[in-house]
Amino acid sequence: MDWINSIVQGVLLGGLYALFAAGLSLIFGVMRLVNIAHGDFIVLAAYLGLTVATTVGLHPLVALVIVVPVMGLIGYVLQRGVLNHTLGDDILPPLLVTFGLSVILQNGLLEIYSADPQKMNAGALETASMNLGGNLNIGWLPLLMFAVSVATIAGLQWLFYRSALGRAFRATSDNQDIAQLMGLNKAHVFGLAMALSLAVVGIAGLFLGIRTSFDPSAGPGRLIFGFEAVIIGGLGNLWGTLAGGIILGISQNIGAQLNPGWQLLAGHLAFLLVLAFRPRGLFPRIDG
Amino acid sequence: MSAATYTISRSTPVSRAAAVAGLILCLFLAAAPWWAGRADLRLMSEIFLYLSLASLWNLLAGYAGLVSVGQQAFVGFGGYMLFAFTMFLGVSPLLAIPIAGVLGAVVALPVAILIFRLRGAYFAIGTWVIAEVFRLVFAQVSDLGGGSGTSLPIDVVKSIAASRSARESTSYWLALGIAVLVIAVAFLFLRSRQGLALTAIRDNELAAKSLGIDIWKTKLVVYIVTAALTAATGALIFLQKLRISPDAAFSVNDWTAFVIFIVVIGGIGTLEGPIIGTIIFFALRETLADLGTIYLLVLGLVAIVVMLRAPKGLWGMLRAKVGIEFFPLARRVVKPSETQDGRHGK
Repeated sequence: MDWINSIVQGVLLGGLYALFAAGLSLIFGVMRLVNIAHGDFIVLAAYLGLTVATTVGLHPLVALVIVVPVMGLIGYVLQRGVLNHTLGDDILPPLLVTFGLSVILQNGLLEIYSADPQKMNAGALETASMNLGGNLNIGWLPLLMFAVSVATIAGLQWLFYRSALGRAFRATSDNQDIAQLMGLNKAHVFGLAMALSLAVVGIAGLFLGIRTSFDPSAGPGRLIFGFEAVIIGGLGNLWGTLAGGIILGISQNIGAQLNPGWQLLAGHLAFLLVLAFRPRGLFPRIDG
Repeated sequence: MSAATYTISRSTPVSRAAAVAGLILCLFLAAAPWWAGRADLRLMSEIFLYLSLASLWNLLAGYAGLVSVGQQAFVGFGGYMLFAFTMFLGVSPLLAIPIAGVLGAVVALPVAILIFRLRGAYFAIGTWVIAEVFRLVFAQVSDLGGGSGTSLPIDVVKSIAASRSARESTSYWLALGIAVLVIAVAFLFLRSRQGLALTAIRDNELAAKSLGIDIWKTKLVVYIVTAALTAATGALIFLQKLRISPDAAFSVNDWTAFVIFIVVIGGIGTLEGPIIGTIIFFALRETLADLGTIYLLVLGLVAIVVMLRAPKGLWGMLRAKVGIEFFPLARRVVKPSETQDGRHGK
């Protein structure tokens, strides 16, 4: 029963990891950019949520209404103001600039909020659960988060393949110059992609802050989980990323079940196994 | 004028003068235990160890295009190997340093085979995962103190040299020695046939491939050599610290972020860049370190501005303006009618 329990909890945790990963996957797909500060933006969103929840007195989940647009705006400004200047054939500038951003975010948060771990309080929702027979319980909050994660990924999938904006993303991804000739402003398209990425990060950050405690140095760990979910699932496949997140969540929980010290190690091991035997991920996009 | 009399020259008057000055500087620095105080010796050792890490990262990222943010894996591995070999096998610390280097190369091979499957920025994060795996694994080894770490036993420390001042001088010379060794290895490697292949890959991977260069193998060699020297440097770092813990050994800030900033600010893809960068980094640290977090904020900001405004770093800017290099890597054709003043041709 313990095993079924840890697998079920792992699936639910995997939804959160898929949210970490979705934003990362999106901007890589559109502009081949990997944002090393991605995890730190997740933590920034958690702190934003905390500030909104405590100063305005909103329920953390309602704080989404403020945090998500703010993160999106930060994303757009960041892309237009800084990151667009780093894009080109050389992979070094975007990598190093986002690495610098990561250090700035971590130390900025440390300066403002101190190193004390923080957590958002979601009230009675945090402990509410339903019993599925035996000692298998599913918390309403993790279930809600999982549902939102799946809905977010479905939404991104729809946006990417069914909307005009998605067409612009795909066109720019395929050939920047021709997209530009067809009347798309690639600087603006990239700005929107980053805005969308950080809006998803806004949801992910709030969920992280409600689920566990966080501190300014928590970012790199979240980046790594998101990255592992992307690689396990296969580059450029959003549903694959969800599967990758779930596999990562299950591996971590099974590892923790065996020995508390093995939780993170088991997740990394799953990632390395996929890299060794299926380097293109479990569900690679067919046209890759 | 016949074509046969043209010659290829690599050294220039500036580089020859720099070689002489560098030799004198090395001798002067080697004599430091007789003219510098204890605190200065420690600081200079740290500078040399960072110079070594920076030059190695520069070789990896600036020349081989392998941007790693996980070199702390090898720094920590080297440190732990020093502790393991001296504590459990009674090996002398001085012998444990090269052993750490060799073992660093041995573990780098399977690691490379795995993560070379990732490209570009994903390679970078992949190296980070590897470093995390190393950290988590060493945190599980209870004989090495588990998650809280361990100190080097007194008798091991005393086996380096009997008196405290002799120990301090020895570890200073080792730090200076590894920095000189790393720079010499990088210089000779880049001047070799392999180095030429590496430069060709950096400039145009497709063209290099069509000339018959085995890209994968060339990069693998650089990765493994870098890993070995990084592990040896790591062993020296923790020989200075005398205490090791997983968080300190595999710290991404200490062993990778600072190193990247040093190389970026100094000038990536040049041998001089890491030297300039290390001097600037320590000058900043010694003046601003009291500010704590603010100092790191400033450092991150400086690195971003340099990357955006002067992606070749300070040395790259200087070289573009003045056209000098201290380490003669470039080749230039010398016409027989001219004196070898190095300003002609390329």
